[in-house]
Amino acid sequence: MTGVGVTAPALEATQVSRAAGVAFIFKKAVISALVALVLFSLMIGIRTEAGPAGQLIYWTRFGDLAAMVATVFGGSIVVELLRQWWGPVDTVRIVPPRVQSTLALARRAIAPVLLVFTFLVPVIFYNERYILDLGILVLTYVMLGWGLNVVVGLAGLLDLGYVAFYAVGAYSYALLATTFGLSFWVCLPLAGILAALWGVLLGFPVLRLRGDYLAIVTLAFGEIIRLVIINWQSLTGGPNGVTGIPRPTLFGIPLTPADDGLAARLGIEFSPTHRIVFLFYLILALALLTNWVTIRLRRLPIGRAWEALREDEVACRALGINTTTTKLTAFATGAMFGGFAGAFFATRQGFISPESFTFQESALVLAIVVLGGMGSQLGVALAALAMIGGFELFRGLDQYRMLVFGLAMVLLMIWRPRGLIGHRAPTVFLRHSHAISSDLVKEGHG
Amino acid sequence: MSGDCILTIDHLTMRFGGIVAVHDLSFDAERRKITALIGPNGAGKTTVFNCITGFYKPTSGTMRLTHDDRRDIQLERLNDFRISKQAKVARTFQNIRLFPGMTALENLMVAQHNALMRASGLTFLGLIGAPSWRTAEKRAIDQATLWLDRIGLIDRADDAAGNLPYGDQRRLEIARAMCTEPALLCLDEPAAGLNARESAALSELLLSIRADHGVSILLIEHDMSVVMEISDHVVVMDYGVKIAEGTPQNVRDDPKVIAAYLGADEEEAIAVMESGT
Repeated sequence: MTGVGVTAPALEATQVSRAAGVAFIFKKAVISALVALVLFSLMIGIRTEAGPAGQLIYWTRFGDLAAMVATVFGGSIVVELLRQWWGPVDTVRIVPPRVQSTLALARRAIAPVLLVFTFLVPVIFYNERYILDLGILVLTYVMLGWGLNVVVGLAGLLDLGYVAFYAVGAYSYALLATTFGLSFWVCLPLAGILAALWGVLLGFPVLRLRGDYLAIVTLAFGEIIRLVIINWQSLTGGPNGVTGIPRPTLFGIPLTPADDGLAARLGIEFSPTHRIVFLFYLILALALLTNWVTIRLRRLPIGRAWEALREDEVACRALGINTTTTKLTAFATGAMFGGFAGAFFATRQGFISPESFTFQESALVLAIVVLGGMGSQLGVALAALAMIGGFELFRGLDQYRMLVFGLAMVLLMIWRPRGLIGHRAPTVFLRHSHAISSDLVKEGHG
Repeated sequence: MSGDCILTIDHLTMRFGGIVAVHDLSFDAERRKITALIGPNGAGKTTVFNCITGFYKPTSGTMRLTHDDRRDIQLERLNDFRISKQAKVARTFQNIRLFPGMTALENLMVAQHNALMRASGLTFLGLIGAPSWRTAEKRAIDQATLWLDRIGLIDRADDAAGNLPYGDQRRLEIARAMCTEPALLCLDEPAAGLNARESAALSELLLSIRADHGVSILLIEHDMSVVMEISDHVVVMDYGVKIAEGTPQNVRDDPKVIAAYLGADEEEAIAVMESGT
């Protein structure tokens, strides 16, 4: 449709809109520059300082101010041009079909390539502890993102307190392991179940809420869990956290230099990297389990009901779908994966404290889901890589790190307002599976 | 009226604060017949539908649904999704409510949710890919395919529902309601926005649904050509009360109905009618 559609009248229309666009871009740039002038005139234009006798001394920096305003003016034009070229609406029409098919091929290849690469990371970077640790961190967030994706992306329920389930999972493992001496492999399902239970508990009061109200209550829930952990000293150790959490074992074989350790049994020399590599594959397996279960669930009636709920709750009820249990299962499933990730976090760190479970974590995971494109598994993985890996990439920029990172996010959102992978893949098809454009897919009402 | 009624509405009243949307309404819908509910805008027709399908709790009155096996269900005692799940009442909406981001086929699969949930062992059997689930899923796809074929949308099965033309969306919504295997199908203005040819096709579809599936249909409609052609019984409402009922022919000649539609006083209309005859 797009290839044939660009005929003479269409081209003419583009040229007309481009002529109008120049005036528009210029106007927008002038407005931006004016706003910048007002903002920076005091912040940059005048510099004040306390003099040696305590009096106020000030001097002007009009040169810097002019440079700043000019930058904003030029930047605004560049941004507008970029927006018009790569704009979200026009991308499909401007990119020629051949490039599109190449891109589609690349898109299809990216998931398997990424997966193979991830499997090989510990082999390639065996001697680079930093990369391995970063890989584990990224994979943890991939898993958290996939877990939250069930709630936010599929069921369309905005959850700002996801970190609560992460915390429940982490503390479940930490306390069960340190108090009763249970092994990681026994505690892992228990942590998931406990977190799911908390998910249902959160689900009940918020069933009737939508949108902003749902977001606020889930946010409060996340804070409540954190505050309970801080204040319930006798159980959780309060702000001191839980220390001495046992490290995971390879089904009972510890990864230590001891005589019964894995290295000794295999007859190879012990290296602390073994444990890191083991943790890497452990979180990879957990993340892939999350992915596999989510993909399966989408094709089952429950997953379709989640998506239908996101699309239209009233229609769901008219079709005899119990929206209460559907929402609760979404919360419980998402929470369970959060709990698994929490248990992994506890065993990796060996020490947990409430500081690890602040709202910032919830916000970061939610940002990953939104940036990835709500509901898309691959998108979430790419977004986690970009967010966590990208943040590390800018480490050399010191105090400008946040600024550059924020700017990158803004640009990305201008380019792709519905996330990296904005379209939705159907769960069942008769002949061909066409991706569904994000314009049609609802975001849910919370 | 004969005794074989699928739906008996008795003294139904729905009040919103001080406004009485439906007042003391009683009527029956016969089994395997098409009953039309007509009336001017704001007469309370959709409110009646919302009461029947559980979106509103009526202020007073009863609604009894009698299944083929003589099982009675009091609809006012069930809430929202149970009306569709247990009482087998399906509905469509005045402003189409499909799942726009899902394909036509997916829309029909969602409609079979309750049957598929049972077949998937509440998800657990489905998760491990049990053979019983696979066959159930295949059957559900066949059922959906059948309906897509029937409404002429088989070629667009894999297109997003939100991308379909308006008339197709209307038919898809009816097919989706039918996929819940209802005993009573409630259609809220199915011909709204359709052209004459599409309206005729719709009439045909509704008649064939009734003939092949033994479904009783309750219909709200403004398009008189559709109402007159397919309904067996017509109930006319105005200002929340029933003003007439009978066969399409009877209703069409009723002075009260003409008055309601033309906005004239009742006496005036009767006077006009009498002077005419």
